[in-house]
Amino acid sequence: MSVALDLFSIVAIAAGAFFFFAGSVGLLRFPDSLTRLHALSKADNLGLGLVVLGLLPRVASLLDALKLVAIWALVLLSGAASAQLIGRALRRRGGDE
Amino acid sequence: MNEFLLCAAGFILLTVAAGLFRVLRGPGDADRMMAAQLLGTGGIAALLLIASATPVAGVADVALGLALLAAFASVAFVNSVGADDGQAREADGK
Repeated sequence: MSVALDLFSIVAIAAGAFFFFAGSVGLLRFPDSLTRLHALSKADNLGLGLVVLGLLPRVASLLDALKLVAIWALVLLSGAASAQLIGRALRRRGGDE
Repeated sequence: MNEFLLCAAGFILLTVAAGLFRVLRGPGDADRMMAAQLLGTGGIAALLLIASATPVAGVADVALGLALLAAFASVAFVNSVGADDGQAREADGK
């Protein structure tokens, strides 16, 4: 049983790291600010979400699991809100760069 | 298994460091803010991996604190940008 859990953790964390990588490459390569914002928010939420998902079976107690999920929920909320705010700030400035 | 977690944390930090290059090259300050936010989230992911890999207590709480501060950084940036545009818009609005 523990081998299956370890395998699940490895796959989930590898996928999370891949989304971080994809997001960073997107942040560097995309031409426009708004497209970079799109790539960034994907990397943030999905990459961290998969890492937390991979860590959940390894956690010691239920409290730690709740703490991990709370961290992910906080990052989800703050990431989405700040992405919207940055997007509005970009649109308000006409997105000239 | 712990080695894999630490390697994943290192890999995430490397990708975030590559993402930080946008701070140097970013035309607008919004791009710099995005790179800073990516650093925040990448830092949180690396901290959580390290918390699970090493017996050190309290690392997950550090990640929780970083999650909170990363949110405030973005909001502070948007307020500073929003405030300038607000005056500029009202100035030429009348």
